[in-house]
Amino acid sequence: MIQWLKDLMQGHAPAPVSPHLMEPGGGGGAAQAVDTDTPTLARQLALVIDLNVCVGCHACVTACKQWNTSGMAGPLSDVNPYAAEPTGTFFNRVQTYEAGSFPNTDTVHFPKSCLHCEDPPCVPVCPTGASYKREADGIVLVDADKCIGCKYCAWACPYGAREFDEASGVMTKCTLCVDRIHNPLLPEADRKPACVKACPTNARLFGDVKDPNSEVSQAIRERGGYALMPEWNTRPANQYLPRRVTPAAVAPSAPPSV
Amino acid sequence: LAEPNPTAQTTVKCTTCYMCACRCGIRVHLVEGDKGPEVRYIDGNPDHPLNQGVICAKGSAGIMKQYSPARLTQPLLRKPGSERGAGEFEPISWERAFDLLSERLAHIRATDPKKFALFTGRDQMQALTGLFARQFGTPNYAAHGGFCSVNMAAGMIYSVGGSFWEFGGPDLERSKLFVMLGTAEDHHSNPMKTALSKFKRAGGRFISINPVRTGYSAIADEWIPIKPGTDGALLMALLHELVRTDTLDHAFLKRFTNAPQLVVLDEGEREGLFAFDPDPAKGPPGDGRNPHNKLVFDRTSGRILNAYPEGIADGCDPALDAPPEGHYTLADGTRVVPAFALLRQRVLSCTPEWAQAITGIAADRIRLLAQELGHAALTQAFDLPIPWTDAWGKKHPTTQARPLAFHAMRGLAAHSNGFQTVRSLAVLMSLLGTIDAPGGFRHKAPYPRHIVPNYRAFNDPDMVKPNTPLNAAPLGFPASPEELAIHADGSPIRIDHAFSWEHPLSAHGMMHNVITNAVKGDPYRIDTLLLFMANMAWNSSMNTMAVRESLNRKDEQGEYMIPFLVVCDAFQSETVAFADLVLPDTTYLERHDTMSMLDRPISEFDGPVDSVRVPVLQPLGECKPFQEVLVELASRLKFPAFTTPEGGRKFKGYTDFIVNFEPQPGIGFLMGWRGENGDQHLRGAPNPKQWEAYAQNNCVFHYTLPENMHYMRNWNRDYLDFAKDKGWRQRNDPVQLAIYSDTLQSFRLAAQGKTKGRQPPEHLRERINTYFDPLPFWYAPLEDAAIDLKAFPLNAITQRPMAMYHSWDSQNAWLRQIHSHNYLHVHPSTAQAAGVADGGWAWVESHWGQVRCMLRYSEAVEPGTVWTWNAIGKGDGAWHLAPGSDEARKGFLLNHLISEELPLPQGAGAPAGAKVSNSDPITGQAGWYDVRVRIRPAEPEEAAQSFPQVDTMQPVPGVRGGVAQVMRFFAGKSKP
Repeated sequence: MIQWLKDLMQGHAPAPVSPHLMEPGGGGGAAQAVDTDTPTLARQLALVIDLNVCVGCHACVTACKQWNTSGMAGPLSDVNPYAAEPTGTFFNRVQTYEAGSFPNTDTVHFPKSCLHCEDPPCVPVCPTGASYKREADGIVLVDADKCIGCKYCAWACPYGAREFDEASGVMTKCTLCVDRIHNPLLPEADRKPACVKACPTNARLFGDVKDPNSEVSQAIRERGGYALMPEWNTRPANQYLPRRVTPAAVAPSAPPSV
Repeated sequence: LAEPNPTAQTTVKCTTCYMCACRCGIRVHLVEGDKGPEVRYIDGNPDHPLNQGVICAKGSAGIMKQYSPARLTQPLLRKPGSERGAGEFEPISWERAFDLLSERLAHIRATDPKKFALFTGRDQMQALTGLFARQFGTPNYAAHGGFCSVNMAAGMIYSVGGSFWEFGGPDLERSKLFVMLGTAEDHHSNPMKTALSKFKRAGGRFISINPVRTGYSAIADEWIPIKPGTDGALLMALLHELVRTDTLDHAFLKRFTNAPQLVVLDEGEREGLFAFDPDPAKGPPGDGRNPHNKLVFDRTSGRILNAYPEGIADGCDPALDAPPEGHYTLADGTRVVPAFALLRQRVLSCTPEWAQAITGIAADRIRLLAQELGHAALTQAFDLPIPWTDAWGKKHPTTQARPLAFHAMRGLAAHSNGFQTVRSLAVLMSLLGTIDAPGGFRHKAPYPRHIVPNYRAFNDPDMVKPNTPLNAAPLGFPASPEELAIHADGSPIRIDHAFSWEHPLSAHGMMHNVITNAVKGDPYRIDTLLLFMANMAWNSSMNTMAVRESLNRKDEQGEYMIPFLVVCDAFQSETVAFADLVLPDTTYLERHDTMSMLDRPISEFDGPVDSVRVPVLQPLGECKPFQEVLVELASRLKFPAFTTPEGGRKFKGYTDFIVNFEPQPGIGFLMGWRGENGDQHLRGAPNPKQWEAYAQNNCVFHYTLPENMHYMRNWNRDYLDFAKDKGWRQRNDPVQLAIYSDTLQSFRLAAQGKTKGRQPPEHLRERINTYFDPLPFWYAPLEDAAIDLKAFPLNAITQRPMAMYHSWDSQNAWLRQIHSHNYLHVHPSTAQAAGVADGGWAWVESHWGQVRCMLRYSEAVEPGTVWTWNAIGKGDGAWHLAPGSDEARKGFLLNHLISEELPLPQGAGAPAGAKVSNSDPITGQAGWYDVRVRIRPAEPEEAAQSFPQVDTMQPVPGVRGGVAQVMRFFAGKSKP
């Protein structure tokens, strides 16, 4: 188990950690050596999200919602759906950040869902065993029948990826559309998470990050994929591909005049 | 746990999305619920050419539109004695609604047909709605293009024969540099996202020029912030640089544009027009529609030649510039000069330094940008091994790529200088040869059209006659003052003043003027206004509160100034409250529709595509598709096109009409599976099983042209012949690019009093003379001259949220969680100077009005600009949202700050206090991006809610309702 969580569960203060939201270049797949007693799985399904092409359209957000509200994990409730302060359960959300100062501003659209950590802090804190990680494919799930809604897992998750469903009183989260990807009733081409199928920019890649020949592993290798907050040692399975800038093909022909 | 989910066992039906105007192919997965099929899931159709399986946030939220509590379910009539706007209705039957409406319309049609006005909003069936108006006999018809994008459409079509979005776009698959100026991110939606992603991954360079960095701009390799309304200055400076450095596609300019054609310099009625060969065999002179009779100066022989085909024969070298003496001389002594020489002269003063002061973009950056453009188009050019033959029979062994692509939309269009700005972009693309070239701008069938298109708008006041169809469609493309829709005294024929001297080229009509003009009785009062899917009492009007007041205004007799207002909508919109008669429309999942080649098809670069919607669910309650309503009314009113020679009803309903109506023999609304056996495409006899054929084929028909017709279609002999044969164009003439617009000059000559034909009224002469410049130029947005710029120093604009489509998504339970309210986004330095804190309440004031809203700091906006999301704010209680919802209390519209009219500059003959629409003086495009504002903090004691507020709209009878505090939607198991 990751050290800071051990400390926490044993009543010690955790080591200070970086508050940085993103730490580009720190991940590089599963190569990072960490102090862990969690067995490394042979297969780990995950999403790799390409921030170089995400335009923040929210297609993944509502595609996820519509599939999952009527699926295995649903319904995903909506509170005040037609009144003030509407809120609801969404497994996937897109946040938008600005970085830098005008005019050198970057606007980053950042889709975020459960990262299906290889060492998921949400699992050991669960008092009922409702939160668990599947050995077959590495997906982290919540068994709604066992969940008592204590929210320990939400507190443990450093990424804020858990979604407490107010109406059902249980914790929910991204399932990687486990009821799609292994569903023999669906055509082969449709056995992908709903968000991946929907994404108009194909910014969401899906596959086994333990298979070095998979599309996701290649993308991580070739495009500098990184994990979020590696210093937390959760070994997130999901990774992100950074922005790449294509520079001008011509240089100024004369020194800039002032 | 990983048991297969039984919900995968669904029925799948294909149709076409209408959560926005993108029109993607979708698969609707249905499960049985306790009251029949329910929508479990909507995904993109992988076999559809437009979206190839992807879907956006709106499309994925279609379920919440289908089951919205704001759905109207029955026709409603305003209660006798109740005030309009109070929303007091009684439910009536369709039979009564039809009786009432057909009686009223029959009376208008038999007496004064122009007193009926039909204006539609986000209508995608203008071939039908336009036909309805034409058959009725009223010129008062338009859709929403007049405030959406007519500057983009007209500016491009009058210059290169096609425009961005539906009728053409950037060929990113083959491009190396992509420059996007402004945009509206559903024009184009999923195809643009997909193409951008592939382009970037292939190493293409993407530059965004925009005051704001959001959406697509976020992933640009470089963001160049610009002040709103100044893109034209940037483009003129780029033209200056390209011309100065001779970064031009000379061969292209000489063969495929009017750049070498000789323009008359001598003063008089031919001044500024192209000189032409008077031989009638060369075609009629000077109407801008005939390229064959113009002249060029051949530098090889030193002679004046016919431009075509002599001037482009092998060995000829048409001059682009004037000789040292400044002009050439025709045999009759007329002094002439190549059009390009006039452009060179025009751009001379448009230096990067000049543009820097206007745009805020450094002059050096402008110079570098010009180099980048030239490098991409000319240095990085390559050939595709595709032979083609041009209009004059020359065989080109390969097709030359010009890998420089542009896209633009709202940021250029919605300014009152938008037409000339778009013209400057079109001319820039033409100088670099990127028109219908691989990697550049490419057309989509049925475009390119002629310049000017051979579609003349109705313009004969004597043809507005009782019980008589118009002799032309209400909308079209005027080519000269003779084609304006005006009376002999120069006054407008139409209620919206479209195609008048105020806005001569208003090709999409001017819906934004209708209510204001009708209430003023300018030029006349009307009786009945029918609105379809247009939220004129809210976000679709400039100066919303004044329009709401206008809808309620009465004359001295106590009658409403607009006596009868009919509103057709699927939802309880703000405008529904003002209706006298409400017609409940269906959703897109409950109806048939066509995306037709007669109208707005979804064509691809490689060939025409049309598509349909078919119902996948039964209509809710008594909802009826608006198309069915129109066909029913047209039949009851016995319009000739809807009536048999014996006087009987010609079409059973909409689907029957679509199959059997033929504007030309063999050509109908749908081009696929024609012929009695369904084995003919593009042209053929009606097929009674055509709908079934579409339904069996993903609701789409895609005709892939042979490769030799994929490019250079303005001049592609095989394509032009093919397109004429299939009825997409009336002639097979090549479409020469209008570097110089003699069409515009013909209006200017009239304004200068140099022509014998129609001339503008005195007070509009200077306006026409100024803006109808045959060469592109930049001028400041017109609002600048009407207000104190020092008092209102900031530009205010909106951006289109990708997860929302106007007001029609405010009732969507999932989408409104993404945008339930909006903020004004302001650069920190600007906000701090005004003393407003991040997140604080502020007043935003224009010369015309004020709103109170919340403000957010942003580094992603040019400091002289403030912006917000479009159409998020709602009237309290509208769209069946609970009173006090975020949309009403925290959301706001920028519309309240914008005037629908501007004072006419006081000059010769201008009546005192005369006003004119706040629109582009050429096209009538609403200038809603021109508004200037200032900000100040709200006082601590002021209410923390947006201003203005309107009275709470009460639920109308029959509105679907059924709102719970917690919704747990699960298709097939529980009712939503």
